[in-house]
Amino acid sequence: MSAHSTIQFSKEELARYNRHIIIPDFGLEAQQKLKAAKVLVVGSGGLGSPVLLYLAAAGIGTIGIIDFDVVDDSNLQRQVLFGVEEIGKPKVEAAKRRLEALNPHIELVLYNTQLTSANALDIIKDYDIVADGTDNFPTRYLVNDASVLLDKPNVYASIFQFEGQVSVFNYRNAKGELGPNYRDLYPTPPPPGLVPSCAEGGVLGVLPGIIGSLQALEVIKVVTGVGEPLSGRFYIFDALNFESRTFNISRRADNPINGDNPTIRQLIDYEQFCGMKAVERPVKEITPKELYDWQVKGEPFQLIDVREPHEFEIVNIGAELIPLATVADNAGRISKDINVVVHCKMGGRSAKAIRELEEKFGFRNLYNLKGGILAYIDEVQPELNRY
Amino acid sequence: MATVIIPTPLRKFTNNTAKLEIQADTIEKTVSELTHNFPDLKKHLLDEKGQIRSFVNIFVGNDDIRNLQQEKTHVKPDTIISIVPAIAGGSR
Repeated sequence: MSAHSTIQFSKEELARYNRHIIIPDFGLEAQQKLKAAKVLVVGSGGLGSPVLLYLAAAGIGTIGIIDFDVVDDSNLQRQVLFGVEEIGKPKVEAAKRRLEALNPHIELVLYNTQLTSANALDIIKDYDIVADGTDNFPTRYLVNDASVLLDKPNVYASIFQFEGQVSVFNYRNAKGELGPNYRDLYPTPPPPGLVPSCAEGGVLGVLPGIIGSLQALEVIKVVTGVGEPLSGRFYIFDALNFESRTFNISRRADNPINGDNPTIRQLIDYEQFCGMKAVERPVKEITPKELYDWQVKGEPFQLIDVREPHEFEIVNIGAELIPLATVADNAGRISKDINVVVHCKMGGRSAKAIRELEEKFGFRNLYNLKGGILAYIDEVQPELNRY
Repeated sequence: MATVIIPTPLRKFTNNTAKLEIQADTIEKTVSELTHNFPDLKKHLLDEKGQIRSFVNIFVGNDDIRNLQQEKTHVKPDTIISIVPAIAGGSR
């Protein structure tokens, strides 16, 4: 951390931070540490929103924000940094406007780009702490490895549907002892498709508010040295049952980045590591326009929708509903005599259904609707509901 | 019987049940009983060799079984077993 003892506050800042400064175990010194600190927030979405709002309000002196996305109307259910007027604008710029209005005494550094193996070390090296609130496994492992290689603490949080996770990784305590990192907790990621993303699986809007606030809390504790950071511990919260648990975790001798015999000495290709580049057997495809042609011409074909019933209720294009998990049990309902078009929301689940049906039952007449029902709505029936 | 807490992403394979009571004295037997009762759970918990997948953590009480006796970790009737798979959501 930068030298904090020389940090001065204006009259306005002293008034603003009064409720921090008067806490006996916090005081002016902790506030000086906050102002001296540089924190990089990776992802300014669901988790990044509360993290950025609270860190800016708390007076973290320099906050870096990295995100390549633009604000979408489906973000506003949980990404409380943004409003209707920001739809279509880059998230980092929208975030800057909101945070500047909240606290003009801090510095904001924007990176309107994706964090990659090529730029991660260069960006993260200028910061004291990383707060990881991204939305995919490759970036999770990238942030972890970059933090370990640069010896920076990584305050981690993750959410899915009704569950949240929080931990402080790669934290060196006052005695110089290093805590575990993400690879100690999860040595390898799940194969693609096994765990859906929030975009596919959904997330309750208030959950990132709860979990992101805990993430901001841990950033403030790591910066100030006040309290016991969540290092060597792993917190999970189940919003449905209102149950939380805190598990003990520790470093592993076989951790490939900082175990006994490290094999990772520089950043790797994380998409490949996460199996994103594995070659999956291609399936036959049909575009939404070609499907529309079949419909207009009255070609004989069967249309199957492998989404979940609640998605079908939101919008459907007249297909027979056979959710992915039940496809094998319902193979008898699928024609082998005429062409069959299989669709889902974006094309991923329907491709899996087709592979399963081809492998187990020898189907040869299945076509995947390219881009799923969303592409069909965009290209053929824009009056239907998107979700 | 030990209590197994099923995480949200896997509840669709357990008839949406969040907590299951399992009669077994080790983690190995607990997982075996679980996957016997709910066959769709199997591919999410175990790899092709029948080992617990490395992106699925199993905690007995507050401790990771990797820091105990792995699959041989003993389970008592009042033990709480948590299954915690990796999740990556946060931004979009």
